[in-house]
Amino acid sequence: MKEKEDNENAHSSRRSFLRKMGIGAGAVTLAGIGATSLVKSNESGSQSGTTIKLLTTDGQLVEVDKNDIRPAKELLAEKKSEARAGLPNRKFAMVIDLARCKNARKCVEACQEGHKLPKDHEWMKLYLLQDDEHTAKYWFPRPCFHCDKPMCVSVCPVGATFKRQDGIVLVDNQRCIGCKFCMTGCPFSARVFNWKDPEVRLEEGQIYDPETNIPAVEGTVGKCVFCADNLRRNELPRCVTACPMGVIFFGDLMEDTVTNGNETFRFSKLMYDRAGYRFREELGTLPSVYYLPPTQRMFPVERGLDDADENIKGRYKSAGPR
Amino acid sequence: MQADNKLLKDLTPEIENTSYRWYAVFFIFLVFFAIGIYGLIQQIDKGHIVTGMRDNVVWGFYIVNFIFFMGLSYSGALISGVLHLFGTQWRKPIIRMAELITVISLVIGPFFIFFCIGRLDRLYFLFIYPRIQSPITWDVIAIMTDLVGCFIYLYLSFIEDFAILRDYADLNVPEWKKKLYRILSLGFTGTEKQLKILGNARTIMSAMIIAIAIIVYSVLAWIFGVTLQPGWHSTIFGPYFVIAAVYSGTGLLIILMWIFRKIYHLEEYITRRHFVNVGVLLTVIAAFYGYFTFSDYLTKWYGSIKMDSILIDKLFTEYYSLFIFANYIGILLPGIIIAFPKFRTIPNITVAAAIALLALWVNRYIIVIPTLETPFLPIQDTRPAWINYAPTWVEWALTIAGVSIFAMLFMLISKIAPIISISEMQEKDKEEILH
Repeated sequence: MKEKEDNENAHSSRRSFLRKMGIGAGAVTLAGIGATSLVKSNESGSQSGTTIKLLTTDGQLVEVDKNDIRPAKELLAEKKSEARAGLPNRKFAMVIDLARCKNARKCVEACQEGHKLPKDHEWMKLYLLQDDEHTAKYWFPRPCFHCDKPMCVSVCPVGATFKRQDGIVLVDNQRCIGCKFCMTGCPFSARVFNWKDPEVRLEEGQIYDPETNIPAVEGTVGKCVFCADNLRRNELPRCVTACPMGVIFFGDLMEDTVTNGNETFRFSKLMYDRAGYRFREELGTLPSVYYLPPTQRMFPVERGLDDADENIKGRYKSAGPR
Repeated sequence: MQADNKLLKDLTPEIENTSYRWYAVFFIFLVFFAIGIYGLIQQIDKGHIVTGMRDNVVWGFYIVNFIFFMGLSYSGALISGVLHLFGTQWRKPIIRMAELITVISLVIGPFFIFFCIGRLDRLYFLFIYPRIQSPITWDVIAIMTDLVGCFIYLYLSFIEDFAILRDYADLNVPEWKKKLYRILSLGFTGTEKQLKILGNARTIMSAMIIAIAIIVYSVLAWIFGVTLQPGWHSTIFGPYFVIAAVYSGTGLLIILMWIFRKIYHLEEYITRRHFVNVGVLLTVIAAFYGYFTFSDYLTKWYGSIKMDSILIDKLFTEYYSLFIFANYIGILLPGIIIAFPKFRTIPNITVAAAIALLALWVNRYIIVIPTLETPFLPIQDTRPAWINYAPTWVEWALTIAGVSIFAMLFMLISKIAPIISISEMQEKDKEEILH
């Protein structure tokens, strides 16, 4: 039985994580989804007397009467309080391997498409950095760092931006008053403001979910959400799956595992082997995004400009040591 | 209560009659104000895209004006409050103006925050979802307290004058004004007991508004100081902003003294002595303010912290002329003019004050904007507005509208109440007050 299999796997958190992330072939066997085959409509509301053991998405084994089982809706935060609380027993983190990045910008495009962003809004931004004239240039993808001591959250006067138990920092654009204090508070320029009506509307029957931040609202702030909606469905963030080079790894520090969809590493070992670091550690905001230095890179830096259009090339004209 | 007839007529030039000049000037300001309102409607209709603010420079003219107007409110707190506490006699002809500046600029200042926020319709969220961690919440509390305190202080100084106007039989004003004086004077008749209560209340309030004013402006400075941004993250910002605010408030007071003296022929009441005294005060404050400015920039310039160096480089290249004007000319020139007795004429002192006031606005500008143009991650963009801030006509229009409404409110108050406190002027020794 599927329940039994889930029960066993619950003990192996690493395997469970990988499978939840959709890696093990055909292994999407979460109880909530797997149990849909058992579903029969229960119009009478009576108890069948037969209970079934199910594993919830937060890893708890529960018993439910057979007649009470209903087909699961798409796993979205149903209430804003759910989106504000976040997923229990998780601590999401991202690792970006600078040695692999060649400014393909697929992460930016997937993010814009997935979050219905206007073309001039980039939640994921690509910088061409150089620390000193004697050191090399390198491509630097920058999502929101989802800091553990987020200045943006501290300074928000109305609680529109908040930190969840799984480490994700989100913006509720139905609460945001647009004071932009979070934008001056963030030292990483991770936030964008909707200076005009973004002209994105909700589809029929859809509710606003801070986990996707769709639709953007004029006069409010938006930023990278770590694809919290995908995480709720146990899928990887859009930038991770879109990257052709596998630059971006994503995972759960509770499970000490990160994956880019093809390769999977033990997070602590990867940090050790590749001397991982966080950007501007000295500011003390404790980012959830780690970088691997651009050693033994896969592409020369200049390759990043090969396929870029004029506008993109123009951005990096003045890139130099600072 | 009775007052000297001449004194009353001299100090209330606009209460009985309204001159054509008054209407003309008021109309001009009204036009500027209307242009500002039109700009605001555009901004509400089309969004903040009509301003020059973009994702890097998210705060522009509005925040600069907000800090600036809040700073002007210091003239009342310091000139009026401190001089009252120390019982300085020569303050009497000018404290009414100082207190009016305080209340009017305190009312106008927050409007620039309203222009700056993206969702004006959600302003009340500040009260229904307040978070005490946020310096903005501190600011909301502090400004509201300051407003109430300054209103009370101003009103206390008005009660005696309203009683005088109420009891002045020959006053040729419409019935509603007489009724207004009757209500606002709160039955004050000048008995010994009443005078004692009023005197005590004013002394207590003068001490309180000094404390509140210092808190308000420190909190405002901390909005910048608590962030990690280069140029803002400074422990000196609280006291630095406070002293800068006193500087601007004093400068504006001198300018208004000159204007009112000129148009209402108050030469007899506001003399050279007042200009010199307030001018000397301005010079002393300039010294303190210059000292704070110097220590703030010296420590940034001397060290080798990368972000500070980038900011200082920017200030000395792109912002060179503004920097020199704000932090050299704006501090040294007023000091030099007033320090030498032979330069101390009324027009000279007024010019010095005008330079100080303008330089202080520019100082605010080069605190807010260059920092936002030098984020930790370099701005890599092809859109000019994202790289450098340039205010649009909407921001200019609303700035000018702010100055216009300041003038209009002053003019409206001069229709109802004396610009120089009558009760203070008839007290005691005239010689000591005026010469």
